This record gives sequence, structure tokens and C-alpha cells, in this order.
Amino acid sequence: MPAALPPRRHRPVALTLSTALLAASAGPVLAQKTAADGIAEYRAMLADGNPAELFEAKGEDLWKKKRGPKNASLEACDLGKGPGVVKGAWVELPRYFSDTKRVQDLESRLLTCMETLQGFNAAEIVKQPFGKGEMPNLEALSAWISAESRELRFNLPQRHPEEKRLYELGKRAFFYRGGPMDFSCATCHGQPDKRIRLQDLPDLRSNPGDGVGFAAWPAYRVSAGELWSMQHRLNDCYRQQRFPYPGYASEATIALGVYMGVNAKGALSIAPAIKR
Amino acid sequence: MADPMKIRAQMSGDKANVRVLMSHEMETGQRKDSSGKVIPAWFIQEVSAALNGKVVMTAQWGPSVSKNPFLQFAIKGAKAGDKVAVSWKDTKGDTRTDEATVS
Repeated sequence: MPAALPPRRHRPVALTLSTALLAASAGPVLAQKTAADGIAEYRAMLADGNPAELFEAKGEDLWKKKRGPKNASLEACDLGKGPGVVKGAWVELPRYFSDTKRVQDLESRLLTCMETLQGFNAAEIVKQPFGKGEMPNLEALSAWISAESRELRFNLPQRHPEEKRLYELGKRAFFYRGGPMDFSCATCHGQPDKRIRLQDLPDLRSNPGDGVGFAAWPAYRVSAGELWSMQHRLNDCYRQQRFPYPGYASEATIALGVYMGVNAKGALSIAPAIKR
Repeated sequence: MADPMKIRAQMSGDKANVRVLMSHEMETGQRKDSSGKVIPAWFIQEVSAALNGKVVMTAQWGPSVSKNPFLQFAIKGAKAGDKVAVSWKDTKGDTRTDEATVS
């Protein structure tokens, strides 16, 4: 990840001075690594043997397995590219679905499929805490489905009026400040040069690049030892802001997905990635 | 029954590079759950690797190995088509063996 620095303008005097300093210590300065380089190196080392692969295998299995009260598989599930088409679906979600008449992200769409095809009660699943009940299954499914679109570029549709409405809603949610710390998503992700400790924070108002920001989730989180879906990631964002979580697969979280996804247009998806 | 391992074995020069991803909780026995009770230790204790049935590596692991461990090693003198089998045994006596073909 290249560190995005704001352009600096030097006055002639300052320029001469810095050139002189640079000449004196050119060797060591050039050899120095930035913190972002170090983290990128760490991620590259971990990427080979990313435990997300274990979740991908589980997700593929779950997709094909007959489960639920109706004893059916998810193979007939339409993720936006026709029933059963998985490849390329992830980079076009969230999108509008005419059968449910609403914009859905991957996880809310999976809930619909689990309800209609397998007979699960989606309203009950939504209430389960992360890591319990059907939640690990949903996360494994999202690992596999996103992996099927690895190295593809984000291209969310914005044709339907509902898709446009959710983009605007997501934008409002992104900039909405509140809570005991008066934070918004934009507090951390609304400028190109922000970081937390040593980690660069992606600017989610625009496309921060390939495999960064929206294009890097779901991911295996080393510190948690778990695979986190986008909804789980958003849950943690709200926890860090000391906000109440808007709810699993709620319209607010889907709207944020539309806002970030549309902004990430053209970014290469590396999901499921690996995160510290 | 534990989840399967992911094993990749690729030739590079005269050595086979083996990369193994294991699915395991690896509880250290030092963590507490939400009610304050210690979560009992549960981790992989013994690991062994065999090339065409002949053991080429054994390892003893402890609680400090991470969750979902990743193991990488090289086997000298392996050839493409050889079978690499990796097995582990954990503190509960559960075992798992998976096999891969060197490519």
C-alpha cells in the first residue's frame, strides 16, 4: 500500500535546504521502510496460507449441502446473475432484486434464499449474535462466494431508483455524526491520509485502490481468529464509534454497502483477504 | 471430527515445498469465558508428516501455536506424484490425517 501523502510545496530556500539534507543522508533515508510497507509485507507473508481458505471450503460445502426444514441446497439461489451463478456475483452486490423488491447485499440475499429455498426463519437468524447459530455458516458462505469473484473488479449497478436511493441513504449514514464521541464513518474514512496507530485507513468516499477498503472484505482476522463478513465488519465499526449496531442485514448497513461499493467501482476484489 | 486440512505440495528444485493449513481452535487453557470460567486447554500436540508412508518429520506442539495453524516445510528428494500425508493429534485425543500429491 503506497502511503498517500498530500502534495507539499516548498519555497526555494526550504527546497535547497532539504536537498542538501537529502544529499548528506541519501543512503539510509532511501533504505528506510515506512510502517505501511511493513504492514503490507506482513500481510503478504500471511496471505500464503490464509486460513480464509478453510472457511471457503466450508462455504462451498454449505452451498451444495441439503439443509433446513425443506432439506434443500442453496444451488438454485439467485445472487443477481441468475439462479446458481456465483462467479462474479460478489463484485455486483448490493443490487436491486425484483423478487423481493429491495436492494440486498450478499448476506441479506442469502437470508432470503435460506428462507425461500431451505425453509429457515430469516427473522430468527438475524437476531442471533455473531459466532452463534447460523451466523458462522453465513460467514463461511460469504467467504466462498466472494472468493469466486476474486481478482474481478467492482461494478455495482446504479440503474434502479432504489439503488440510487440507497446510495444517498448510505452517504447520509456515512457522514452521520453522533454517539458519545461524536464520530461518523467519515471521521476516519473521509480523508486520504488518515491512520490509526500505524495502519493507513482507506478513504471510502472514493476508490482507495485494489484490494483496499471495500475490496478487502470479507477477511480472516488474525487477532480474532475468525472470518468476518462485511456485516460483521460494519458491526465492529459501529462498536468502535460507540454507536448501537443498526442490526444484521438492516437497510442502514445495506445502504452503507451500496455507498462504499459504488465508490469502489473498478477496484480489484481480493476477498477473502487477511487482516491483522 | 475435525475439518479437513488444506495441503499443497509443490516441487521447487530438488525439494518439495509443503504448505499445510489446519483447522483447529488451539485453546491455550489461559483464556476465560464470559462467565469468568477458564476455557480448558485444547490444542494440537503431535504433528507428523510422511512421504509415501515413510515418516519424514515429527513435531511436538504446545499451547502457543496460533488458532488455525499454518505449517510450512520442505522435503528433500521428493518427486512429483509422491504422496505427502500430514497428521495431527490434539489434547482431546482427536486425530486427523490428510493427504496431497506432490506437483
